Amino acid sequence: MDATLIAQGLVSGVLFGGVYSLMAVGLTLIFGVMRVVNFAHGDMMVWGMYLAWLLATRLGVDPTLGFTVCAAGLFVLGVLVQRGLVDRIPDAPHEMQILLLLGVGLVLENVALVAFGPDPQRVRSSLGRATLWIGPVFVDMARLAAFAVALTLTGALWLFLRRTDLGRTMRATADNPYGALVVGTDVRRVGATAFGIGAACVGAAGALVSPILPFSPSSGLSASVASFNIVIIGGMGSLPGAFAGGLLVSVAESLGAVFLSPSMKELVSFGLLIVILLFRPAGLFGRRP
Amino acid sequence: MSVGALWLASGTVLALLALPAVLGSYAVTVCIFIFFYGYLGQAWNILGGYGGQLSAGHAAFVGVGAYATTLLSMHWGLSPWIGMLVGATLAAGLGAVIGGLGFRFGLRGFYFVLLTVAFAEVCRIVTLNTDAMGGALGLYITFTGNPWHLQFQDNRVYYYLALGLMLLATGVVALVERSRLGAYLLAIREDEDAAEALGVDTFRYKLGAIVLSAFLTGLGGAFYANYLFSLQPNAVFGIPLSVDIIIRPVVGGAGTLLGPLLGSLILSPLAEVARIYFTRPGWTGLHLVIYGVLLVGVVLFLPQGAYPHLRRAWARWRPGA
Amino acid sequence: MALLEVVDVRKRFGGLQAVAGVSLDVAADEVVGLIGPNGAGKTTLFHLISGFLPPDGGDVRFGGASTRGLKPHQVCRRGLARTFQIVKPFQALTVLENVRVGALARSGGFRAATRKAREVLALVGLEDRADRPARGLTLADRKRLELARALATEPRLLLLDEVMAGLTPAETERIIDLCRAINARGIAILLIEHVMRAVMALSHRVVVVDQGRVIASGPPAAIANDARVVEAYLGEAYGSGPEDRHVDA
Repeated sequence: MDATLIAQGLVSGVLFGGVYSLMAVGLTLIFGVMRVVNFAHGDMMVWGMYLAWLLATRLGVDPTLGFTVCAAGLFVLGVLVQRGLVDRIPDAPHEMQILLLLGVGLVLENVALVAFGPDPQRVRSSLGRATLWIGPVFVDMARLAAFAVALTLTGALWLFLRRTDLGRTMRATADNPYGALVVGTDVRRVGATAFGIGAACVGAAGALVSPILPFSPSSGLSASVASFNIVIIGGMGSLPGAFAGGLLVSVAESLGAVFLSPSMKELVSFGLLIVILLFRPAGLFGRRP
Repeated sequence: MSVGALWLASGTVLALLALPAVLGSYAVTVCIFIFFYGYLGQAWNILGGYGGQLSAGHAAFVGVGAYATTLLSMHWGLSPWIGMLVGATLAAGLGAVIGGLGFRFGLRGFYFVLLTVAFAEVCRIVTLNTDAMGGALGLYITFTGNPWHLQFQDNRVYYYLALGLMLLATGVVALVERSRLGAYLLAIREDEDAAEALGVDTFRYKLGAIVLSAFLTGLGGAFYANYLFSLQPNAVFGIPLSVDIIIRPVVGGAGTLLGPLLGSLILSPLAEVARIYFTRPGWTGLHLVIYGVLLVGVVLFLPQGAYPHLRRAWARWRPGA
Repeated sequence: MALLEVVDVRKRFGGLQAVAGVSLDVAADEVVGLIGPNGAGKTTLFHLISGFLPPDGGDVRFGGASTRGLKPHQVCRRGLARTFQIVKPFQALTVLENVRVGALARSGGFRAATRKAREVLALVGLEDRADRPARGLTLADRKRLELARALATEPRLLLLDEVMAGLTPAETERIIDLCRAINARGIAILLIEHVMRAVMALSHRVVVVDQGRVIASGPPAAIANDARVVEAYLGEAYGSGPEDRHVDA
């Protein structure tokens, strides 16, 4: 096998991993703070993608800037979902929560389908097809930009959770929801913010991916699967786990694409999920839910 | 079952048997969908409603049953009447694999849901990429109208077949309800640890539930193949079908005998209406939006489904109750 | 040979040695009280005995045979039933249906199990609530239900985990009578309890556990006056009032 191809796969994988990490961080935050598994995660990402597409085609805003709007929009959606839906069934068994978010995902995916049609779209980034050559390996500028932004956002989130009061409150709630209640935390507000941030992360990720890969409403499922893969490997509720997992899975997929045909790539993704589910539900860093 | 309920049930069955005589062909077709999806929902109900193990990948069992029956018929001339049993058994085998692995490794809740989705998708992708199974184009069954091929000229025969399937599944669930399997499944659903402490081999009974559920669903696959005459991996293994299967029992009342049937009665006509009035290109998927909204609505407002609420309303309304 | 023999059982969770070599016996007709401060490892011990957790070391023998490697449902079938500290009723099922699940462990058929369930309900005094859904019961009734379910599996030994917790004195008194009646039928009981009055009233012997070890064992009167026990509890040994110092026979 060509060493250059492998190196290329590695580089592309790491760069794309930034976006994967961002997606996974969003999912794990929602789970960590609210013990909610966001089955609509991938479908929210799809909306991030389409919002970026709308911004680019209607207003000429490049996704590398437009992600902010996508993040804001998805934040609002996340808060609405948590406050308007999940909060209404606090004591319901987990199965109900799963069905609820499956329903939300269905609505999101199919409204997108009705609104935008089933054909794959792509956003033309102002970075165009610019590439940077480092030795025998080329670096796609759009991917590099995505990586940089994703990394920045993840870093900002990390600082938020570590340094701000709200962030600390969120971590406390994640660690001990009952205790947080006892000390007077407005758990509902924290939960809504967490869901909002989680959705914002995946919305931003969607925007960043939009110039790199073609997308359609049905991309939601594979995005969700990728997110679940990463979060389960890295540990449900663990931010460093999600981050590391994102890079890992992205590199694995990228190398997989070097050796396997594209259709098999999806198969490997699902096969990996099955294996991970069976053997590592506690993850590398995280706790058992 | 009370005497009154028995009379009501018998009367309903008789009415359903007589219905084709008065209904037009299109109405008969809608009824076929009500019965067939009610059947699939009832099969799911055993694992998901009574057992409390949410499967979002039941389409896999339909697909296995459908493809097995069709391939056996196409390549070996095996009559689908026998082929359906083979298909159902293969589907049951897949169920045993999913359950055996999933339950053995203690997967519950959303982990189990993910597992079922993953398996269904694996089946879909494998079929999509295997030319021997028709690949992306799928399989097309030539219409012969030969009963031996499980094909009939008259729509009404399909009606009775579908009705028969629905009654079969309902009968199985009724038997399960009154058996050790049913009592144990409900216990497992409510509290698995408490059930273990009371001598319930939770692994064995969950496995039994998924195998039974998969077998029945696989049987339905044969009907699917010989009623729709075309099998495509995305349609027959895909998530939309899995959603179609789950939504009826959930809306109607999971874990109840009549829930899936009630759900199908409400939803199949709804899906048909969506299909008729919104089949402009680009509007595909609207019925799924409706499903999604309904799912959310049911979880928020009618978590037990429509049937238990109706039953309570009926009990309150009845004089002297 | 005792019915239950716990031999030097150990269990560690990460850095915490929850059970550090506990040995105790329960004879076939005894009531043994298991007391100790919170966090002493009592419920963990129950999990180890009933098969919910595998021990790191030591052995549990029931009826002469080791229960190592058995899953909880197998332990139950051998004749060892347990209740949970936080009761776990099957919420959506009726009281009768709840108990029937337990009865199905032994009784041949569905109908036989239903009949057996009714008998057990009569024994514990829940027969007039047989068709109520379990989720609507009072705490005292839920405790009774938990007991009834376990009883329906026809155990030889019953593990009761803080069955008196949260009950009024009158309710406690009734449960004490019920436990006496159960023991009189030849069922051994090992009970974890903080309500000292109940422990002293019911137990033939009391075992005291602290920080994963047995620190004392003997008849209730001796234990009540044991300096080590008093020290471990720092006064908690005396329930809700000075009158509990007097031990009922």
